[in-house]
Amino acid sequence: MKEGVGTTGLILNEPFLWEKGKKGRMGFSLPNNDVPSSPLVAELLGEGPDFPDLSEVDVVRHYTRLSTWNFGVDSGMYPLGSCTMKYNPKTNERQASLPGLAQAHPLLPTELAQGALKIMFDLQEHLAEITGLPAVSLQPAAGAQGELTGMLLFYAFHMMNKERRTKILIPDTAHGTNPASAALCGFRSVPVASNAQGVLAPDDVEALMDEDTAGIMVTNPNTLGLFEEHIKQISEIVHTKGGLVYADGANMNAVMGMVNMADLGVDVLHLNLHKTFSTPHGGGGPGSGPVCVTKKLEPFLPVPRVMHVKNRYELSYDFPESIGKVHAFYGNFGIQIRAYSYILSMGDQLKTASQLAVLNANYLKESLRDIFHLPYDKPCMHECVFTDKHQQAFKVSTLDIAKRLIDYGFHPPTIYFPLVVQGALMMEPTETESKENLDDFIEALRQIVQEAKDNPELLLQAPIKTKVRRLDETMAARKPCLAG
Amino acid sequence: MRYLPHTQEDIADMLKTIGVDSLNDLFTTIPEDCRRKTDLKLPKAKTEWELNHHMSGLAAQMAVCPDYTVFIGAGSYDHYIPEVVKQLLSRSEFYTAYTPYQPEMSQGTLQAIYEYQTLTTRLLGLDVANASMYDGASSLAEALLMSIRITRRKKVAISRLIHPLYRQVVRTYFAPTGFEVVELPVSDSGQTDMTGLEDMETFACVAVQSPNYFGCIENLAAFEEKIHSDSKTLFIVSFTEPLAYGVLKNPGSLGADIACGEGQSLGIPRSFGGPGLGMFAAKKGYMRNMPGRLVGQTLDIEGKRGFVLTLSTREQHIRREKATSNICSNQGLCATAAAMYMATLGGTGIRKLAALNHDKAAYLQGLLKNAGFEIPFDTPVFNEFVVKFPKDFKKTYTNLLSKKIVPGLSLTPDYPEFPDHYLLCATETMDKADMDLLVKEVTS
Repeated sequence: MKEGVGTTGLILNEPFLWEKGKKGRMGFSLPNNDVPSSPLVAELLGEGPDFPDLSEVDVVRHYTRLSTWNFGVDSGMYPLGSCTMKYNPKTNERQASLPGLAQAHPLLPTELAQGALKIMFDLQEHLAEITGLPAVSLQPAAGAQGELTGMLLFYAFHMMNKERRTKILIPDTAHGTNPASAALCGFRSVPVASNAQGVLAPDDVEALMDEDTAGIMVTNPNTLGLFEEHIKQISEIVHTKGGLVYADGANMNAVMGMVNMADLGVDVLHLNLHKTFSTPHGGGGPGSGPVCVTKKLEPFLPVPRVMHVKNRYELSYDFPESIGKVHAFYGNFGIQIRAYSYILSMGDQLKTASQLAVLNANYLKESLRDIFHLPYDKPCMHECVFTDKHQQAFKVSTLDIAKRLIDYGFHPPTIYFPLVVQGALMMEPTETESKENLDDFIEALRQIVQEAKDNPELLLQAPIKTKVRRLDETMAARKPCLAG
Repeated sequence: MRYLPHTQEDIADMLKTIGVDSLNDLFTTIPEDCRRKTDLKLPKAKTEWELNHHMSGLAAQMAVCPDYTVFIGAGSYDHYIPEVVKQLLSRSEFYTAYTPYQPEMSQGTLQAIYEYQTLTTRLLGLDVANASMYDGASSLAEALLMSIRITRRKKVAISRLIHPLYRQVVRTYFAPTGFEVVELPVSDSGQTDMTGLEDMETFACVAVQSPNYFGCIENLAAFEEKIHSDSKTLFIVSFTEPLAYGVLKNPGSLGADIACGEGQSLGIPRSFGGPGLGMFAAKKGYMRNMPGRLVGQTLDIEGKRGFVLTLSTREQHIRREKATSNICSNQGLCATAAAMYMATLGGTGIRKLAALNHDKAAYLQGLLKNAGFEIPFDTPVFNEFVVKFPKDFKKTYTNLLSKKIVPGLSLTPDYPEFPDHYLLCATETMDKADMDLLVKEVTS
């Protein structure tokens, strides 16, 4: 048998920053003062923060060691469902760090910022082409802020019609952010159950949709990795009652070039540039969550809008119906540059990327179906959802399988989500994993399933090769220690 | 395409395993009438080298140092970023990781964020800090909403000297909520005028920014006394320039319940306004009302120290519509950069650097005053200040742009009551010679 990638090696311990260093050191090259010193009045002066004094070497060793305790897409396969952990191209980093872009002040006169404005304008155009929705705002800083922006657009649209609708339909397969975003806009979420085939049934939507309901938030493909095949009919039902259709585009990586969101009846869609468009997730962010809308909703988009007038790019605030601003400036521009760079590198091969993402997910599904329970047995999109049903007999669970995968050198899939599937293992391989990588992953899971039968203790104890073993999350929450 | 590893042979093998004939056959669950009819119309894919050329060309159209001397601050500041921060942040184990959902293989991110939280509490003088918000503006909006949740009151007061763009974001967040926002006016000293603020028991909070948008340092101690005349009302301090707390008294020591603001100054490039860093800290008693992710210390089954995301019962993925916020992705890598930056400075460095920043702006302010320009507010400033230029200054402004000098930002669009007033900024990156040249140019 081939040797797996998970192994152990020398891992170095590292104390807290404040346990290192000595008073009087400095890791910063302080500029010379070429102006007279101008003391502040004493009553304003504070003691200054209690920071450790470190040399440059202290800081370098500290973070280098910390980094080796981490696992990223560059380390290995990261099939975290609904997160689209595809490869983050290096050239994107180069473009975002170009001094002309990285050092630019956001309030420069627009004639001195044409390069940045062109990037934003062109990126908007490309996202409009990819989604089929003609107007785009890049301002939301992450997916959840995109959702919030979408809900603010719903609110503004209905208010223009002198309607204060109070409810919103949210399928039970939705991301937790959906109801939280809707709640911020005063919408009460009404859950819609998915049917036995794992998708929304038009009848169920029809039964719940009324004139007090602002619309529906659909994730398509949904979090079971299934295409909402009745979406057109559902959109019609919602529109007939004066509602709007919001699509959570977190799973757009399945359908680039395959569907046109406007044709499906979608009014607002947010994208996660840190998923579909390859920008790195940074261990938690920054992301970027542009919203794409129909012409009908365009007047409500956040300001300023980037305009192209007479060969010049301008920022315009002249949209009286706009919801206003969700970010101090123009959103996470540095992330927008990376997505722009990705789209220019891929061109029309974005469609191929979606096809291969779906190919990889279906390949995993077919290769693992004999060992894991498949709650919805039909072709999937970019991700597939299994459960631990077959393994429960051996007293091991999804969590144990996930933790054992770590010992094998893989990041686990998303676990226990979506909530409608008990013990879910949600796998999204993405298109940038090769067949060999998928085969290694499949082989690792086969071995783990065998271990579950022969020696379940291996799973229950896992991970054993990491710097720390399973952590006591209950203690962390009961006696919170959030600062040292 | 170099990011797509599949050979034709791989594709054929995989399709065979799946039991379909072509890639298109994988999409049979998309009904025919939902299929896109047209091809994607996107520019032809660029090679790596074509892309470099294209992007360098766009970057060259931007006015940045050293070609240009830019005297704009206003919530986005030019500071030197040590190469150490850039290099360490480029460790792809940090930047290509997701949110640390699997703590055993994310201890690097988790300890780094735990340290960021710790340094943030020390900088702001409060007990707990979260793992970051999107930016200074959404931090403020979330802080105001938090005070409404805590007090169950429906009205907040915010200073007109809070960054105007932050106030716009607050208005957007508040539009559908029905909560009321009262704006506190500007006094003759360039500080917030709170004399008219009455019925404190009706306010969930009062929020001020210090140093404020005009660069003036607010009298936070006086605010605190008045705000806390009602025991429930929260005192929120917003900021755009956290470096100031290297020398100034921090919000916590002056009685703030929540401090929230923009951390871009701490080792993050301006990048045309984002990504920055929403910093957020509060007194311990409000911990469970806070928005955002929190990293906590714990032990593993062998008793070794480790870190996890904690108190997630506040968060959207557990509480859904009852969550303290909808935030999920935050600005984790920017928080990591800020911690690296604070570590390189240390306690000794941050005091010196903050003092240097103060000196630079004070020098430019003095120079302009001596040259006969009106400095309308006689209040201590940090990093930036307001100057009133003559009525015809617009022409000089345009003229200076052609000489590659951007002489500050006009205040008039956001403050029509201050015609011909400009906001100028000078940090440690500004040379004396550049400031001397500016004054020479505006006087000539």
